[in-house]
Amino acid sequence: MTQTNRLSGGQIDRNTTLNFRFDNRSYTAHSGDTLASALLANGVRMIGRSFKYHRPRGVLTAGSEEPNGIVELRTGNRKEPNTRATTTEMFDGLEAQSQNRWPSLKYDALAVNDLFSNFLSAGFYYKTFMWPAAFWEKLYEPMIRRAAGLGSLSMEDDPDEYDKGFRHCDLLIIGSGPSGLMAALTAGRAGADVILADEDFALGGRLNSETFTLGDHSASDWAAQAVAELSALPNVRLMPRTTVIGAFDHGVYGAVERTGDHLPTLPAAKPRQILWRIYTKRALLCAGATERPIAFENNDRPGIMMAGALRSYANRFAVTASERVAIFTNNDDGHRTAADMHAKGVKIAAVVDVRDDAPTSHDYEVLRGAQVTDTKGRHGLTFVEVALADGTTRTLDCGALGVSGGWNPNVHLTCHQRGRPAWNEALAAFVPGPDLPVGLSVAGAANGVMSTHGALQSGAEEAAQLLELSGALPDLPKAEDAPVAQKPFWCVEGCKRAWLDQQNDVTVKDVKLSYQEGFRSVEHLKRYTTLGMATDQGKTSNMGGLAIMAEVAGKSIPETGTTIFRPPYTPVPIGTFAGRMRGQEFHPTRLTPSHYWAKERGAVFVEVGNWLRAQWFPLPGETHWRESVDREVRQTRASVGVCDCTTLGKIDVQGTDAAAFLNRIYANGFAKLAVGKTRYGLMLREDGIAMDDGTAGRLAEDHFVVTTTTANAANVYRHMEFVRQCLCPDMDVQLISTTEAWAQYAVAGPNARKLLQKIVDPEFDISNEGFPFMACGNITVCGGLRARLFRISFSGELAFEIAVPARYGDALMRRLMTEGEEFAVVPYGTEALGVMRIEKGHAAGNELNGTTTALNLGMGRMVSKKKDSIGSTLSEREALNEPDALRMVGIKPVDADHKITAGGHLMNTEGPVDAAHDQGYVTSAAYSPSLNSSIGLGFLKNGGNRLGEQMRLVSPVTDLTVEVEIVSAHFVDPEGERVRA
Amino acid sequence: MSVHDLVAITALGGSEPCVETVGAVTCTEVPGVALASVAARLGQESKAAKALAKLIGSPAPGIGRTSGEALTAFWAGPEQWMVEAPFETHEEIADQATTAMGETASVTEQTDAWTRFDLSGDGIPAVLELLCQLDLRTLDEGSAARCSIHHVGCFVLCRTSRLFSLYGPRASVGTLHHAIITAMRSAL
Repeated sequence: MTQTNRLSGGQIDRNTTLNFRFDNRSYTAHSGDTLASALLANGVRMIGRSFKYHRPRGVLTAGSEEPNGIVELRTGNRKEPNTRATTTEMFDGLEAQSQNRWPSLKYDALAVNDLFSNFLSAGFYYKTFMWPAAFWEKLYEPMIRRAAGLGSLSMEDDPDEYDKGFRHCDLLIIGSGPSGLMAALTAGRAGADVILADEDFALGGRLNSETFTLGDHSASDWAAQAVAELSALPNVRLMPRTTVIGAFDHGVYGAVERTGDHLPTLPAAKPRQILWRIYTKRALLCAGATERPIAFENNDRPGIMMAGALRSYANRFAVTASERVAIFTNNDDGHRTAADMHAKGVKIAAVVDVRDDAPTSHDYEVLRGAQVTDTKGRHGLTFVEVALADGTTRTLDCGALGVSGGWNPNVHLTCHQRGRPAWNEALAAFVPGPDLPVGLSVAGAANGVMSTHGALQSGAEEAAQLLELSGALPDLPKAEDAPVAQKPFWCVEGCKRAWLDQQNDVTVKDVKLSYQEGFRSVEHLKRYTTLGMATDQGKTSNMGGLAIMAEVAGKSIPETGTTIFRPPYTPVPIGTFAGRMRGQEFHPTRLTPSHYWAKERGAVFVEVGNWLRAQWFPLPGETHWRESVDREVRQTRASVGVCDCTTLGKIDVQGTDAAAFLNRIYANGFAKLAVGKTRYGLMLREDGIAMDDGTAGRLAEDHFVVTTTTANAANVYRHMEFVRQCLCPDMDVQLISTTEAWAQYAVAGPNARKLLQKIVDPEFDISNEGFPFMACGNITVCGGLRARLFRISFSGELAFEIAVPARYGDALMRRLMTEGEEFAVVPYGTEALGVMRIEKGHAAGNELNGTTTALNLGMGRMVSKKKDSIGSTLSEREALNEPDALRMVGIKPVDADHKITAGGHLMNTEGPVDAAHDQGYVTSAAYSPSLNSSIGLGFLKNGGNRLGEQMRLVSPVTDLTVEVEIVSAHFVDPEGERVRA
Repeated sequence: MSVHDLVAITALGGSEPCVETVGAVTCTEVPGVALASVAARLGQESKAAKALAKLIGSPAPGIGRTSGEALTAFWAGPEQWMVEAPFETHEEIADQATTAMGETASVTEQTDAWTRFDLSGDGIPAVLELLCQLDLRTLDEGSAARCSIHHVGCFVLCRTSRLFSLYGPRASVGTLHHAIITAMRSAL
């Protein structure tokens, strides 16, 4: 198909012809086109259907503010819905589909909605689908979502790469129009590190769309020269295709760089987009202004566009939407469009200006004091009806209508930290208010400086001021400096269906109705009518809505106020926020020293925080995890098992006050712990609740190794650092994590010592006498490798924990397995570990759950009264020490075939099952292969005195009731003979 | 030197260090480094700095700096340094540092607490700006800085403009390696 609407000139590369498809039809375009300009060049005005009424729609603008011209871009798993055709850079092979239509764009079944527009007014869903309530989720909502909505998702994984990065500069300039370029030249020439970011692929902003001159050059040539100079400066980084999406705290700006969106195919491993965090003490917003529409009857037909956009398409892209164009304006800028289009050879049907004193032209007719009252054209504009100043009407034959209601400064980023814009009466528009984000200034049209000269000057001045540059400012090119005054004209009186928000199908009538129904706040108006929502965030519609709202409320616009501007400025794919952190890389993963060995053994892994731990080691023939776990438990208790416990936090505590420090940290005493001994310790929070438990071994007078639970390792380390730095700054204590420095393995079971004796160098006596329960010390293994040995037990068996430098952890595990063959050694995972600790009655994370005290855990006496420790005073609170306080107990089913379920609640055998009669709850449960029964640990009121009592374990949510018996929490070896063997 | 018969593996699980080149930058896993943390005891700060200077043969590094010759040290926190040395000759670096520091500092072996990757070649800043939030303009030769890479706490050391060392926790080596290689492929 030929490009029938292509004009002469423009900044496209006519030597490069690109092929693209829209709604399965092939078209051609040129390099430098957007999808919107290419469609217009090919005579395609209708691009989609509207949100609610399914009315035909075309492009309204030529920029990122576009509400209408949105398409599904690309195909398959790369399909992206709701993509603005106006910012989509053309590439060879581009494929796009119109959206929100069925079966085709031209013949859309749901266009019938438009006939029922009287019913589909503001709040239609809320009023209509109220009952029956049960229908909402299953019927109404799916139905509405199917009928409304815009583009559709591919429902497949996005295959593209995304990335994140960080950049720093002295000055970030947002926008590369006249003010941005001049600011960059000023700062760049002075040697400052500058980042100049612009959402467009061509830098220059509005200069690329205008025909006026800057000095001796055309506007676009001057912009190109400025860009060339900036490119050559090593201290200036140009970032085209980069949208600054938000101004965040402490001089951080979010920016999305579209590195691959304009390429037919992404090079391997290259990101499609990069989310940059730009750190700068100073930023200059040069975001320009957005033209605002005028609301009139049927103002949404394809071909009705912003006048400035028509000019952009003509001057930059060499495209006209139609051979015959009319203009409807309330300001001089609309006339500029008419003049430029006329100069390009486009027939101007007339310029309709609401002002009685509008300028006239020799080249085309200007209808002063006139207004557009209606339009015609089923799939695109064909006629415009105009009410003339003398009261008569006239019909203009045209295929495009440029509308200009004036320009609104783009203040969005100035408000991202809750700043409010200020009303400027001369412009009848909001301009940046006084409360800007720290370090941010505004120049050019974004600050209400609407002339080109003013933009250039303010850009240079603001940059110089921000960087505190001395000396004269650079010479400015001579540029137009026409005074700009905007007299508001929001809407033609008497219109019935005049669109304010074309993306959400919100009309003037909807706003008035909303007000009548009591939605008086602009925030309520927005939610009720959906004005200003969705992908364009109301960039072209908010002001019109506010104006109508103000008019019906009898208030001024500033009194009515604005809704809050929030990041992101334009839509950002979720993938861009995720960056590299997706799938398995969603969070960092920590591998244990025996990981590679465990993987070889076919271990099943489980995430424990960021750690991957072996959960169990299935053997051939085992078909259920319980088989593996039961075997691991039985074999460990019968002979010996080995478990990687590297993940437990290890904190090296040194200093002359190390013992006194631990005495403060732990509720029980540590000052007198002998060198070479380990002690179980319980830490309390300030409020007296248990925080974490573990052991601390004393390797020397001034050296301890504290272990923490896996889950709490970082929290405990942070807590200890807080105590050291803030509560005890006078203590001589040094802390450092050694968690992953040492590969640490628990070797447990009656043959544990025999196995270790084959590995520990003979000069170290690890007999029961030489290395009794709770001993610790530095040893060597395998012929001299430095190691640490702790005689501690979580399983309740004779057990040791042996640690070697992590790089030897893999070899040590293999050695333990080889040397242990004669004892039928078994590796065990976290499941068996959990089973054995429940059998032994050891508390773990389930019991140390942030609500339990030492008393609850049966460790009340551990809280020493002979010293002051963190949490000891508040642990004495009366409410925590009631006679019927919860106590940790063991729970067994009366019938061994029944199961104990964690999370279930304990109730007396008689009486109601409700919260008022709750006696306690189960925290941990497992099948015990040692007892051949399901068992559990839990908390029961006055539990210590209720052993032997029968109760009901209930879970009303899962309809569970099991008869249980309360027993000691120590199911296995309650006397502790094994651990001391 | 110990004469034990256990064979070490690298953090990435190999017997040899992993080396990958993308464009003009090479990323090398460096297992051959021994590390010890040296933290001054309370009131012993100046003596500790002097003892450290003697150990590394140059003044103790100031905030955000590295120094030293055969043994090098980098600043890790207030009155705290990390001493680096070749693993082959200094596997027992903690004992050596303890002897050198005497009562002035607490010494903790950190050799296997960390894994190190060296980036060498041209274009390293383009890779680093995708990895960490450091202001690379201020990271000159001899700089050392803490930062987060892919949510993992790391040290970044600038040896020269063409050689950077990244230290991250050993257990997180897979994540760190993935992040570095992905950033190299993305940037180069």
